[in-house]
Amino acid sequence: MADSIRMQVTRYTPGPDSVPTVAEYDVPLRKDWAVLDGLNYIKDHVDSSLSYRWSCRMGICGSCGMNVEGEPKLTCATFLTDYAPGPVRVEPLSNFPIVRDLVVDIEDFMEKLPRVKPWIIRDDDVTVIDGEYLQTPEELAEYKQFSNCINCMLCYAACPIYGLEPDFIGPAAIALAERYDLDSRDRGQRERLDVLIEKEGVWGCTFVGECTTVCPKHVDPAGAIQRYKLKAAKENLMTFLLPRAAR
Amino acid sequence: MSEGATAAHDVLLVGGGAAGLRAAIAIAETNPSLSVAVVSKVYPMRSHTVSAEGGAAGAIAEGDTLDEHAYDTISGSDWLCDQDAVEAFVQEAPRELLQLEHWGCPWSREPDGRIAVRAFGGMKNMRTWFAADKTGFHMLHSLFQTSLKYTDITRYDEWFVTRLLVDDGRVHGVVAIELMSGRIEVITAKSVVLCNGGSGKVFPFTTNANICTGDGMALAYRAGAPLKDMEFVQYHPTGLPFTGILITEATRAEGGWLLNKDGYRYLQDYDLGKPEPTPVLRSMELGPRDRLSQAFVHEVEKGRTIESPYGPIVHLDLRHLGAKLIDTKLPMVRELCMQYERIDPVTELIPVRPVVHYMMGGVHTDINGATPIDGLFAAGETACVTINGANRLGSNSLPECLVFGARAGRAAAEYATSAKQPSPAVMRQADDEVRRLEQMRSPDRGHEQIADIREEMQSTMEDSAGIFRSGDSLAKGVDQLAELQQRLDRIQLYDQTSAFNTELVAALELANMLDIAETILHSAVQREESRGAHQRTDFTTRDDTRFLNHALAYRDSDGSVRIERLPVTITRWPPGERVYGR
Repeated sequence: MADSIRMQVTRYTPGPDSVPTVAEYDVPLRKDWAVLDGLNYIKDHVDSSLSYRWSCRMGICGSCGMNVEGEPKLTCATFLTDYAPGPVRVEPLSNFPIVRDLVVDIEDFMEKLPRVKPWIIRDDDVTVIDGEYLQTPEELAEYKQFSNCINCMLCYAACPIYGLEPDFIGPAAIALAERYDLDSRDRGQRERLDVLIEKEGVWGCTFVGECTTVCPKHVDPAGAIQRYKLKAAKENLMTFLLPRAAR
Repeated sequence: MSEGATAAHDVLLVGGGAAGLRAAIAIAETNPSLSVAVVSKVYPMRSHTVSAEGGAAGAIAEGDTLDEHAYDTISGSDWLCDQDAVEAFVQEAPRELLQLEHWGCPWSREPDGRIAVRAFGGMKNMRTWFAADKTGFHMLHSLFQTSLKYTDITRYDEWFVTRLLVDDGRVHGVVAIELMSGRIEVITAKSVVLCNGGSGKVFPFTTNANICTGDGMALAYRAGAPLKDMEFVQYHPTGLPFTGILITEATRAEGGWLLNKDGYRYLQDYDLGKPEPTPVLRSMELGPRDRLSQAFVHEVEKGRTIESPYGPIVHLDLRHLGAKLIDTKLPMVRELCMQYERIDPVTELIPVRPVVHYMMGGVHTDINGATPIDGLFAAGETACVTINGANRLGSNSLPECLVFGARAGRAAAEYATSAKQPSPAVMRQADDEVRRLEQMRSPDRGHEQIADIREEMQSTMEDSAGIFRSGDSLAKGVDQLAELQQRLDRIQLYDQTSAFNTELVAALELANMLDIAETILHSAVQREESRGAHQRTDFTTRDDTRFLNHALAYRDSDGSVRIERLPVTITRWPPGERVYGR
């Protein structure tokens, strides 16, 4: 194994004439080093102005998503040796405006998230005094997979629809809606469907499936979207057959 | 709004982890007329709560009692916790965890649908609620998603607070940098709650995220509030070498063994009980974290550990648990081992070593999160109430965030309803702060590098205040930190860009960490005894006559640390021997 690897890193400083450029850095190639360790090496020893987000470095906080060799990845869980002998290209996630270097603007997602009402909705006045809602392990298993989303944005970076139609509410938000819909404690399916049945909702998706391919937590947003389309189709049929009050 | 302020709120939460979000929801629910805001240097769902794995303690199981949870916590703390705080904590923890259940937290369940509980270190009964081994992740996302329902909660995501505005003994708001634009802004508030988490990054090898730089502790300390019991640093016994990634205590609660190089369950040699094939509560691998980490050091001294490229290690053996149990109850452990160590715990041994995990110390507060500065509150790891004393028990910190986050939130709301508008004097302080931040980026300050000083600080802390300390090692560390403080003033920043300037943030975080590091060493120097996580090789026993009290570290006007002492509150459990495994 060579003792170093070349990283090609996007640099960008906002300004009237600024366009992203690529800078090259040679970093040590070590068995245990993630792509993120390479970036940290650059920041600590070569160029302290390089900007990127990271925090937990154990694949759970969702901060460090970037495009590595064109694929959306968590850089703390993607290893340099897998790209040896290099070079390895590191770019900001696609489909988002670049703020600075490898940092992208995810405010669009943060604004969309509350629209799917990702919280427990009830139609009664049960309080904690009444104890826990019973939920069997089988009922938990129904939605568990969709609750593992870490909002890392890799699925938005991979989604060709989101790239073309920024109004599309997107894979992670739909997966989260499905997570609450499938939760035996929740009664909010109706309210969420009203949001997702709109054209920016599930119908935007043409089922490319890239979201599920890149998800580092095996959440399967594409599966959630498919399930929602069935619900929405059924709902459209009901609209056709019945007046609203009877639904 | 004061003239020149960006925004004005009644209550400002600094930090958006479990404590901050719980506080925000508590205020939105109890005082919906108040203007409440959360300012956080990361998006709330990135907060370090997300990394907590094993669980959250709350006595609900049949046969368990609040008194037993209290006793385990108090004996675990080596009698340095305040027992009134512990009594409030054990009483309110189950209700808070139930509240999370109602907010959608996917707690693991019994076959009949009731909440399941598991064993945990130092706990006499099964009382730890868990969401597989991603408990913190699920709690944080449940809290964050629920908080979105309260549209009146204003959020300042990715804003870094650099200073508390304090005038006449009362807090009036903060100065913060909006990272996206680099603008320096003033946010006034009638009360402020610090919920910024811990400061594990003052050490080189830690489970803590990059963001755990003690910002809240440093803000309070510089504003004149004391930091309490800072000498108590928890080493978790089982971290992965190199990365420091935590392998949860739940592995041992489910039956995992710690083995030395001879395959021997070495904890039996350290007064922690006899090895049994299945887990025994408060015994062996389910002993408290301080004792287990200390046993590791003794094994190193006896030459019974295994050498690795990252220093000595021991083995955590889960092989006898089988794939089914591991996949159901410890899925993330398997995932982390495969990803970062390229080993499968179903068939292979996991290399582990002790790793800095948690600060028992923090901003001194009362039982409602109030600090000695009017209007300033703190909760979670940033704070020191203290229910943790000299050693925190695993699975007590998540419920602590909920119980004392809610308490601090309610108390801050009540304070805000009676407090006056901020005084104009604070705007002058804000101007000073803007000037200071601008000066930090001026050219020709010197040639020091952030990374160099940070690395030297971290190695200084490990060498002088590790699992075992001595008067000599601490004195040497104090001198080294004083030198690093001087060098800090000569750091040269190269990044003149406003947008997302992470170099400036790193410099400010380093300044925070150096202040925290100094309080740790000075508090440790003065505690001439061994208690819990503070083990002195020159004072090897607990000394209740001199040290059954808290250390309060104040910052003097010249920047030096002054230590005062405060008695421990004892209600029903007089100091006794800590007994495990017998």
